[in-house]
Amino acid sequence: MAAYNFRHALFCAIITLIISYPIIGFNLEAQGIKVTLTGADASTLTMVLLAAVIVFLFQLFRENILGALRSIPSPLPEAKKEPMAENRRAKIESWVLTGIVVLALFWPFFVSRGSVDLATLVLIYIMLALGLNVVVGLAGLLDLGYVAFYAVGAYTFALLSQYTGISFWLALPIGALLAALFGLVLGFPVLRLRGDYLAIVTLGFGEIIRILLNNWTTLTGGPNGIGGIPDPTLFGMEFGRRVKEEGNTSFHETFGIAYSGEHKVIFLYLIALVLAVFTALVIRRFMRMPVGRAWEALREDEIAARSLGLSRTAVKLSAFTIGAFFAGFAGTVFASKQGFISPESFVFLESAIILAIVVLGGMGSQIGVVLAAIAVTILPELAREFSEYRMLIFGAAMVLMMVWRPQGLMPMRRIHIELKKQE
Amino acid sequence: MLEVQNLSMRFGGLLAVDEVSLDVQEHEIVSIIGPNGAGKTTVFNCMSGFYKPTGGKILFEGKEVQGKPDYKISRLGMVRTFQHVRLFSQMTVVENLLVAQHRHLNTNLISGLIKTPSYRTKEQKSLDRAAYWLDRVGLLDLANREAGNLAYGQQRRLEIARCMVTEPKLLMLDEPAAGLNPAETKELNQLIISLKEDYNVSVVLIEHDMSLVMDISDRINVINQGRPLASGTPEEIRQNDDVIKAYLGEA
Amino acid sequence: MQDLLYFSQQLINGLTIGSTYALIAIGYTMVYGIIGMINFAHGEIYMIGAYTALIAITGLAALGIAWLPLILIVALLCAMIVSSSMGWAVERVAYRPVRGRHRLIPLISAIGMSIFLQNYVHLAQGSRNIGFPALIDGGFNFGSGDGFQMSLSYMQITIFITTLICMTALSLFISRSRTGRACRAVSQDLGMASLLGIDTNRIISATFVIGAALAAVAGLLLGMYYGSVDPLFGFIAGLKAFTAAVLGGIGSIPGAMLGGLILGVAESMTSGYLSGEYKDVISFSLLILILLFKPTGLLGKPEVEKI
Repeated sequence: MAAYNFRHALFCAIITLIISYPIIGFNLEAQGIKVTLTGADASTLTMVLLAAVIVFLFQLFRENILGALRSIPSPLPEAKKEPMAENRRAKIESWVLTGIVVLALFWPFFVSRGSVDLATLVLIYIMLALGLNVVVGLAGLLDLGYVAFYAVGAYTFALLSQYTGISFWLALPIGALLAALFGLVLGFPVLRLRGDYLAIVTLGFGEIIRILLNNWTTLTGGPNGIGGIPDPTLFGMEFGRRVKEEGNTSFHETFGIAYSGEHKVIFLYLIALVLAVFTALVIRRFMRMPVGRAWEALREDEIAARSLGLSRTAVKLSAFTIGAFFAGFAGTVFASKQGFISPESFVFLESAIILAIVVLGGMGSQIGVVLAAIAVTILPELAREFSEYRMLIFGAAMVLMMVWRPQGLMPMRRIHIELKKQE
Repeated sequence: MLEVQNLSMRFGGLLAVDEVSLDVQEHEIVSIIGPNGAGKTTVFNCMSGFYKPTGGKILFEGKEVQGKPDYKISRLGMVRTFQHVRLFSQMTVVENLLVAQHRHLNTNLISGLIKTPSYRTKEQKSLDRAAYWLDRVGLLDLANREAGNLAYGQQRRLEIARCMVTEPKLLMLDEPAAGLNPAETKELNQLIISLKEDYNVSVVLIEHDMSLVMDISDRINVINQGRPLASGTPEEIRQNDDVIKAYLGEA
Repeated sequence: MQDLLYFSQQLINGLTIGSTYALIAIGYTMVYGIIGMINFAHGEIYMIGAYTALIAITGLAALGIAWLPLILIVALLCAMIVSSSMGWAVERVAYRPVRGRHRLIPLISAIGMSIFLQNYVHLAQGSRNIGFPALIDGGFNFGSGDGFQMSLSYMQITIFITTLICMTALSLFISRSRTGRACRAVSQDLGMASLLGIDTNRIISATFVIGAALAAVAGLLLGMYYGSVDPLFGFIAGLKAFTAAVLGGIGSIPGAMLGGLILGVAESMTSGYLSGEYKDVISFSLLILILLFKPTGLLGKPEVEKI
């Protein structure tokens, strides 16, 4: 056994060297059309060597290390906690959450413009992740083209404002409904496919929509995108220095305060906050309704669900459509925040980030997903060096989570239902 | 109420079920028995709509249902359990029962979102029905446990309760006693009889436990290698030479 | 005559690309046949093969070695060794621990792995695309001097011949060798095979290694054919190859070959007669249509739902 362990450990270490040394140890540099090869510096090579040594030691003492790890109690909340004093816990939880939302309402008035802007982005990601959570976490449908619906929402607003001068408030429901319609139409044929096929087909759909946006230059402006998307107004009051549209007044003049660019940023943030809270509440309600339970039932056992009279297509389609609806929501807010959109904002990478948020937070768990959205969006901003490694770490984290903690960092907690004995 | 006429099911070159007929009257327990691989579960799969039979007819309350989608057949009042228990294992016990009652609940999304009074009443009714059946199968104390964490016998009972909350007319049980100990089998025996006597449900039963089958069945159908071998009351089956031969031959 | 030449040119281009798709598709189809999952990271393994080959070629050039066959063979071997090791490691790290869990879990793990590998190369080699030297140039030209000239390059011939050799070798390996027979047994029934004493873990590893080695061959060939590589190089090619595998019937090796060729031709006809920008749209649409109307593909076997 010991000899086998040693051989295996050596083998793993050699494999580690083979997969890391050629790629990391040499740098290809293009100079004009000529390509030259340079060796990496000594510290990089040391790292490669160190990695191989670590793999060797880990494999050699694998059993001991894993045993030691198992004996450390997990600091994270366990999935199967006793549902004790459910009512009290639920009450405390709702108070805490209300407190956080109230805090979030006042917070932007005391911080810098940059932070508020970032927070708006976080809220957009929260909306997206909550929506995808319905599709992936609850219904168990792996949608890799989720960003397409986000794009539909954003482009709906951009195009309508360009051609008809529509306002943000009208575009918001239209964008969301149109995205939902896309979800319905695209979902209808593909939802009878098995899980892995569904993943690849949605990925294909996402790419098709992006390619169309890129190439339909006359309508979408192609890679140049669409600019001049208007800001939202508050009861006809605009947030710009000068009023752009007839009949509107400007916010700072109405209230007799000095113009400040911050007003608009804060206003957008508040809109995003309200919409994110709305999204969370609606989906929370859905989870407690028959439709939400049907999503989960289908995820758990499709055959049993069908045998109880659930129509597979109808249930999956509802999840897909509702998920798309909230993506459309987020897309409209995003377009308004940026003022400019192009296909580059809707690449597969975005879908992957949103998926990573859902997976890290805990599939099905709303609080987990919100926390993960905050972490995933803010961490790269806090540490600039980190942002380069962002996707590398997301990828690795997705694998590690699936291997060690597929329920996510904050697993979904089942709803406790009080039953009275029936006579 | 149920009539299966000359049912056939072919997979490629294999004729798994060949001209099987059976009928179930109201207020009756009918068993299907036969050696392993005789095609019993395939008959069930055709009846419940998971397979589209390649021949024959299935009439439920006078209407042809063969080839209809599974969820539609279930909505007509023919509900089944599975040979290997199929629960929604990450959902709680009571949620399992609520899923089964989705048809009784208003499916209108808006009324659920704003909790209209009629929605609340219906929701309370389905909770009460769930509580009633959980109590009936002795799982009320475990209502908020995850279904996957129940003991095997409890899972079996939960699966039956989950069928019963849909208020079916015909219940199809696929080897409900498999994996149960003698005490649990006895309880199951009483439960099935009570379903017929107290709740007016007809039962079609696939089972290997002969004492259970002989005890509770009103009539028995024997199939062997996909073909009908015999049918009759338990007494007739016990004395049928073909049946004895098939079973002894297998042993 | 002109039209015929133009058509033949598209056909040749399509078959060239298609045969490399087939090489990559083998990896998808073999893995799917055995453990029933889509190895999303396979496209990245192919991309790593292309990068390794380029590094080897540049390195040999720096050493002053100019004998073409030696360069090609060394580059091919390096690419195959690194890609195979990567394939083995990916299976070990990301797939084996989650085998048999809820179907979403291996899928997400695979996507994570794909993102990880893409960014691994991105960080090590930069995101810009890097020129791949055209080691094999020249070819035959057909057609009159002033009209359309159809060309069949030596590179294209190399691709055909290499693909043919690989496919023949693979077929022989699967049908004749012990490991090949074990592979077939495992893909029929994993549980039964392991009861019969086949080391299924080893066979699954072998599948990943073989698929990765063939992808590396495709990496070298397509790198030379397109003339450049970048870290996203594998993503689209992987999707295309997956489409090819599904088109031919996933799980079927001859299906992957057929699917690759059909897809390649469909794409080059789209570029040739419509517009190059829409060739990706065509292949994705093709994928969606097949999955909807004939999910078993051209040569796949129908599956019976087990209840």
